[in-house]
Amino acid sequence: MKIFIQRQTKVEYEVQMQNATLLEVLQKIKTTQDASLSFASGCRSSVCGSCAMRVNGREVLACSYKIQEDDFIEPLKNSLVIRDLVVNMDKAYEFNKKAKAWQNPFLSDVKPTQENEKINEIQSDCILCGSCYSACPVYEVNPEFLGPFSLTKVWRYVSDVRDNDEVSKIDALQKNGIWDCTLCNECTLVCPQDISSKADIEKLRSKSMMLGYTDPSFASFGSFGSFDGSPSF
Amino acid sequence: MIQCDVLIIGAGGAGLVSAINAHKKGAKVVIVTKEYATRSQTCMAQGGINAAFGNAGDDSVEAHVQNTLKSAHGLANEEAVRFLCENAKEAVEWLDKLGVCFSRTKDAKIAQRTLGGASAPRACYAQDYTGLKILHTLYDVCLGLDIEILNERYLLDVCVDANGVSGANILNIRSGIQEQYQSKSVIIATGGYSRIYDKFSTNSTSTTGDGIASAIRAGAKVSDMEFVQFHPTALKNTAILISESARGAGGHLLNSKNERFVDELLPRDEVARAINDEISKGEDIFLDIRHLGEEFIDEELPQERKLAKFYENIDPVYDLIPIKPVAHYTMGGIVVDKNSMTNIKGLFAVGECANHRVHGANRLGGNSLLELIVFGKQAGENAAKYDRDVALSQEYKKEIKLESFHKKIEINFYEIKEKLGNSFYKNVGISRDKKGLQEVLSEVEEYISQLPKMGVEDDSQTYNTNLIEFLEFKNMLEIAKLILVGAMSRKESRGAHFRVDFPYEDGGLK
Repeated sequence: MKIFIQRQTKVEYEVQMQNATLLEVLQKIKTTQDASLSFASGCRSSVCGSCAMRVNGREVLACSYKIQEDDFIEPLKNSLVIRDLVVNMDKAYEFNKKAKAWQNPFLSDVKPTQENEKINEIQSDCILCGSCYSACPVYEVNPEFLGPFSLTKVWRYVSDVRDNDEVSKIDALQKNGIWDCTLCNECTLVCPQDISSKADIEKLRSKSMMLGYTDPSFASFGSFGSFDGSPSF
Repeated sequence: MIQCDVLIIGAGGAGLVSAINAHKKGAKVVIVTKEYATRSQTCMAQGGINAAFGNAGDDSVEAHVQNTLKSAHGLANEEAVRFLCENAKEAVEWLDKLGVCFSRTKDAKIAQRTLGGASAPRACYAQDYTGLKILHTLYDVCLGLDIEILNERYLLDVCVDANGVSGANILNIRSGIQEQYQSKSVIIATGGYSRIYDKFSTNSTSTTGDGIASAIRAGAKVSDMEFVQFHPTALKNTAILISESARGAGGHLLNSKNERFVDELLPRDEVARAINDEISKGEDIFLDIRHLGEEFIDEELPQERKLAKFYENIDPVYDLIPIKPVAHYTMGGIVVDKNSMTNIKGLFAVGECANHRVHGANRLGGNSLLELIVFGKQAGENAAKYDRDVALSQEYKKEIKLESFHKKIEINFYEIKEKLGNSFYKNVGISRDKKGLQEVLSEVEEYISQLPKMGVEDDSQTYNTNLIEFLEFKNMLEIAKLILVGAMSRKESRGAHFRVDFPYEDGGLK
């Protein structure tokens, strides 16, 4: 079976493996053909998020993708490539900090109910693999966009009854945040954990409006033109 | 040179909890990790974290203590076990306040389930993503506290001078440049060594015992290295873990004749051995959770269903899950005192790499996540308090010589690594005897002597995983030898260490 890997150039590899995961194939190449091939991996069971990469233009976890003839493997997008299939995720992860994606340290004594817990169960399944970040087209126009996984994580905390700092969290999302998302849904399509960051962003938008924020693009549109879109000078 | 008060090596649950607690005591903390914090082994823990809340049935701290001591087969330190169990409720309540999404009962209590060897439903859980959710929440807390985490840094050596620990030599994996870290204290939180069993391990490929090997080189003591826990239920083809909670919830183990052959809720050593006996009789072994029903499986065991479907191509709602026992957790590690400090002043160890003597010869499910939180707090606080009473050492080792990159490689170490794993599974696995152990020891010694013929083919400075994997392999060989020496000198059977030629416990060998 032939596969192609984007390194400094596109390189072809021949492997004799059937029904193998991409990670198994990469390991085979590294240990028997070409020790210089670089990629990250960890758990082999789709939970650590290390081996996210792109196959034929779509983000996958190498450990949960079965290789096909002529597959073309590339590193994630929107991050600096360190080498071969390894990207530097530091900047991407920094967005969690900028978005204040943690529980408010002023601890409350609220005990979540079974229903409360269900509200953010899926968001807390995130493995930070960065697939959504790579698939997000907004980075082409705004490299400072807080991005899908950070915003999902903020929703996970904002929606938690134990958190009592909703306002400052929502404040932090107004610039380069929820309104910059185009709701294209690419993040949702590639998430290995079936999380929809798009839906979470929409929930954060509703929450923002409840707190008195307005969609800045809508606001400028309203002040700048009439409702049919024609300018009114 | 990077300077700090507390240098933490490893960013799994143990490292992050230590960091949070050291930071709270006012220390300047730096964490280094060879991956990223959220990718460590802790994310793979599924079943739960023990605390005797009694939310799902009568329970007590005393019962937790007794279950743990029993499972440890006389090798645990009762004082340490009591400390662990007595602090369990507070540990879980702390996690709950930080925002861990624990599964809940109808009356808003933290849900609990029964794991092997426990006399009550004691494991608090978050579906079967307990470790993942704890790890990510801890990571988020570290972000909120602005704790510095440096990713993709590999520990080369812990630096020690006449006054104790003084820092560490670290390889920046991205740049290939060696970095020196100077600190008042160091916490090693680098995890266990199960990957010596290579493809016969549930663990991440990173669980290679680097911290333990470095600690030994620095003069730290280790103990109980021969005790390696085999998890009874890993997927047959890939060794991917199927959580003990599947058995806790009523899952059955069946042989090819569709017969149950063991009480599934015994401690892991006993269940693994029973499975191994069946396999050696030629049986295939399966985990059956079909009777639990689709709704229950999707609610409580969603990850297990996903893993079985993808990696074994079966749906456990309708099919039997083919399994085998594989290496899962290593009880041995760096000896620490009741302050989590090693025999080297200022050097602390915590988590799977440390031996607090709470697991003894066999760890109970749900006690490893607990260990991270309870001893992580202790190690973090003590490391922050620890103050070198002399000026920080300037005596750093010069750049450590790594491998020669351009030499002709006669032996591919990746092949040897696989052979080592196969031999370990066969002869240093669930059942052992003198002949098998001796054979593997000779093998390991031969590999060590062949090291000059092995080496690093990739000569790039940037992100050289070929180099990192070779350094890991050398650490594994060092540790492999210690496991073997321990296993050969322990002429008895105890917990996870079962000698066919000495099938009974020897009271004199505690």
